[in-house]
Amino acid sequence: MDLTILWYIVPSVIMFCAGVYGFCTRKNMIALLISLELMLNSADLNFIVFNRFLFPGTMDGMVFTLFAIAIAAAETAVAIAIIINIYREIGNTDITSVKQMKF
Amino acid sequence: MDSVANIILYFVVALCIAIFSVLTVTSRKILRAATYLLFVLIGTAVFYFQLGYQFLGAVQIAVYAGGIMVLFVFSIVLTRRPDDVAPLLDSHRRCLGICVSVAGAVLLLLAFFFMPLLDGMSLTQCLESGKEINMDTIGNAFLGSGRFQYLLPFEAVSVLLLACIIGGVTVARKR
Repeated sequence: MDLTILWYIVPSVIMFCAGVYGFCTRKNMIALLISLELMLNSADLNFIVFNRFLFPGTMDGMVFTLFAIAIAAAETAVAIAIIINIYREIGNTDITSVKQMKF
Repeated sequence: MDSVANIILYFVVALCIAIFSVLTVTSRKILRAATYLLFVLIGTAVFYFQLGYQFLGAVQIAVYAGGIMVLFVFSIVLTRRPDDVAPLLDSHRRCLGICVSVAGAVLLLLAFFFMPLLDGMSLTQCLESGKEINMDTIGNAFLGSGRFQYLLPFEAVSVLLLACIIGGVTVARKR
């Protein structure tokens, strides 16, 4: 039995669709962010898998994933700062209770 | 033909990723969801190691499983009590979410199955045909300005991280 490219794509698809489900159903903002991380992570895994199986001589997918991880860290830090600020203003982190971004 | 150890490792990690990513979005306790997300991230790092990208696996564990998870746990503890349970979903939202994600999964899997990649190489062949990526190669690729070298994005990311630090402090400080 061979581990081909399709074997690695299936867990990635499951991860992405779990993220989509969480993004559609959750109301807590931190839970939304966690779902977003799932989707980003599956995209990273896809970059790596396509690089390894289709273009094994290069390392462009790896570099893309490194930059994606760095940008995901930055995005999470800013988003959590915003969430903490919203929590100070309105007392919870429910996405439906945020009617406007301007305080 | 791949080795039995690789195949067993693949199945264990793929099963872990599938189960824990579903548990992440269905768990009603937010701290548990964060812990399940940690398991998914570590499973992805194991995939990176298996595919021969050791540096990337280390970065994944250090940045995601170390840094981002600590941020998540801090913000969860700051914004709510850990024993809080999310209210049950109304059936309308749950139905919408299931429809969207299942339709997306079916479409993506159909697209991948009909892609002309099925006769591709196995993992062992790919690992043998590709050259090994050591720290020397990575350092030269990041700090060179030639073709297939990435000095400019590297500097742009450093400026982005600085802007992110300043933005985070500015947004979250007490007024």
